[in-house]
Amino acid sequence: MPLLRIEGVAKSFGNFRAVDQLSLDIRAGEFFALLGPSGCGKTTLLRMLAGFETPDEGRILLGGSDIAQVLPHERPVNMMFQNYALFPHLSVRDNIAFGLKRAGMARKDIATRVAEMVALVKLEGLEKRKPDQLSGGQRQRVALARSLARRPQVLLLDEPLAALDKKLRESTQGELMELQRRLGTTFIIVTHDQEEAMTMAGRIGVMDAGRLVQVATPRNLYEAPASRWIAEFVGDINLFNGQVAARDHGRLTVSTKEAGTLAVSELWPPVTKEVVSVAIRPEKVKLSRRAPASDEAGSRAINRLEGVVADVNYLGGVTSYRVKLETGAVVRASMANTARLDVDAYLAGQRVVAWFTADDCLVLEQ
Amino acid sequence: MSARRIFARPARHAAIAPYLWMVLFFLVPFGFVLKISLSQTAIAQPPYTPVFDFTEGRTALAAAFAQLSFDNFRLLLQDNLYILSYLRSLVVAVTSTLILLLIGYPIAYGMARLPQRWQAVAMMLVIVPFWTSFLIRIYAWINILQHDGLLNQMLLALHIVSAPVVWLSTDSAMYLGIVYSYLPFMILPLYATLSKMDAALLEAAGDLGASPLKAFWLVTFPLSLPGVGAGALLCFIPIVGEFVIPDLLAGSNSLMIGQTLWLEFFTNKDWPVASAAAVALLLLLVPPLVLYDRLQRRQLESNR
Repeated sequence: MPLLRIEGVAKSFGNFRAVDQLSLDIRAGEFFALLGPSGCGKTTLLRMLAGFETPDEGRILLGGSDIAQVLPHERPVNMMFQNYALFPHLSVRDNIAFGLKRAGMARKDIATRVAEMVALVKLEGLEKRKPDQLSGGQRQRVALARSLARRPQVLLLDEPLAALDKKLRESTQGELMELQRRLGTTFIIVTHDQEEAMTMAGRIGVMDAGRLVQVATPRNLYEAPASRWIAEFVGDINLFNGQVAARDHGRLTVSTKEAGTLAVSELWPPVTKEVVSVAIRPEKVKLSRRAPASDEAGSRAINRLEGVVADVNYLGGVTSYRVKLETGAVVRASMANTARLDVDAYLAGQRVVAWFTADDCLVLEQ
Repeated sequence: MSARRIFARPARHAAIAPYLWMVLFFLVPFGFVLKISLSQTAIAQPPYTPVFDFTEGRTALAAAFAQLSFDNFRLLLQDNLYILSYLRSLVVAVTSTLILLLIGYPIAYGMARLPQRWQAVAMMLVIVPFWTSFLIRIYAWINILQHDGLLNQMLLALHIVSAPVVWLSTDSAMYLGIVYSYLPFMILPLYATLSKMDAALLEAAGDLGASPLKAFWLVTFPLSLPGVGAGALLCFIPIVGEFVIPDLLAGSNSLMIGQTLWLEFFTNKDWPVASAAAVALLLLLVPPLVLYDRLQRRQLESNR
């Protein structure tokens, strides 16, 4: 039995179906991310877990008992709010102690727990400050300490890092993971930032239009997206529309208008439709001046696309190229800059061959 | 020519305007009143001495200046008529402000929680009475409260009372009039703070185990205190000096300071004592005004 089981939960606002017949199991101690574009229903789902919204249908089982109708203040679940929602009239200490006082904890125990929390999020010395006397990062820590103080079974985090700048966000991601591992609390985070979800979460649930479209580990989500929409939403990808021309022992031949005939390894489960898209991630597309010898990849079929480099974007760690094919289609390729002096760099206008193996391609239904 | 040079001068002049206004319409008249309060009554035109005449030279002016005294202020302390009037004014103002708060807070709270489009309508309803003159509305209350007025007719028709009740010329009528007149001044600042309140704070309180009632007392109410202070002072200060409502609706056995002032000025023609009473009233109101100013400043700072 998982710690949290969401069963056929639905929620509508007027005619808008925010969450639509959604089911999901979350194990104890898991770091789970709900990822999706804005308006996909991920925040509504989180708010139903917290108790701020009541589902129209379905059950939410926490440790086996249905909490769908339980009021927020009676749930063993806490939430860290997007803009922190710190009480502006209370000090850092009183903010953290707020939930403990409501739980009827003894004064001495409250003091101990608050000190413990303050140390946990490294806010020593700031206990007497009011929220408006803190920096954004410090406020984020107070919100985290406040939501963890009651030792909830599940901690819900609503875009917890959205208000921080990039550098601080990255270091905080690490701290959040470390904290989660140390406490063993189940974390459910809502985010629209796929990098954030992939960095922190053990599993990611991707939502679109109120439905859960894929639940997978970060690697599977990226390398084996369940649909074309997910492939495009998570990371960058080249897509070529075409038709299945031949099918042979897990190897498909797809004829596309834009990139000619492509050889693709079929994933499980196999595609059933004839009209498909061939997808290839830019970092899996290699560029070379001449086509690689056909024996270079051994028995693996190699797809070769000839074209002209349209533009080059040097991004530090990687360089991304856009290669224009004769058909007018554009293939994006990115290559890691593994050497400081790169003799292999290509220039705009140069003729190149973009190539990739059948195993690196995905075939997705349109 | 740079834009800076075009706009700098008028802008600097505009900044002086409020001070000029204060000097011209408050400080100068207050100087006159202060001077009269230090003078003595006389059967003359104007009805007090000394009169400063700047054409008669410096020695005459110095002699006139020497005649000024604090006798009128001493009188204010000796005759308990004045002290009783001040006390009554304070009691009426405190009581009315408390009643206003008890009625105004729930109304403002309710307004702030209405759906957005209904809030504008509710606001309109609060402001609508201002379209009729204040005096006319008080006279309307006389009509309602008098012996054969609307209220008694209704009570008789419903058999709640068997004989007409005396409403007019009682303290109840006065409190009714004050609360009725000042309610918008209590509601508006309260509504302003309550409607700005972040709903997420209440959710956070609920999430941390506070019942809705607890969340109200621990979060909403403390955060609305600046509005409570603003509303209370906005009502308290003018009620202390209120003249029309107690004069028209209350009985004549005890007077508020505004009424006493009017009596001294128009009936007794004792301008100096009336002026002294006015100066004393002003001094009495300075502490709450300073408090109001500080509250407002703190609110401005917390909104940054």
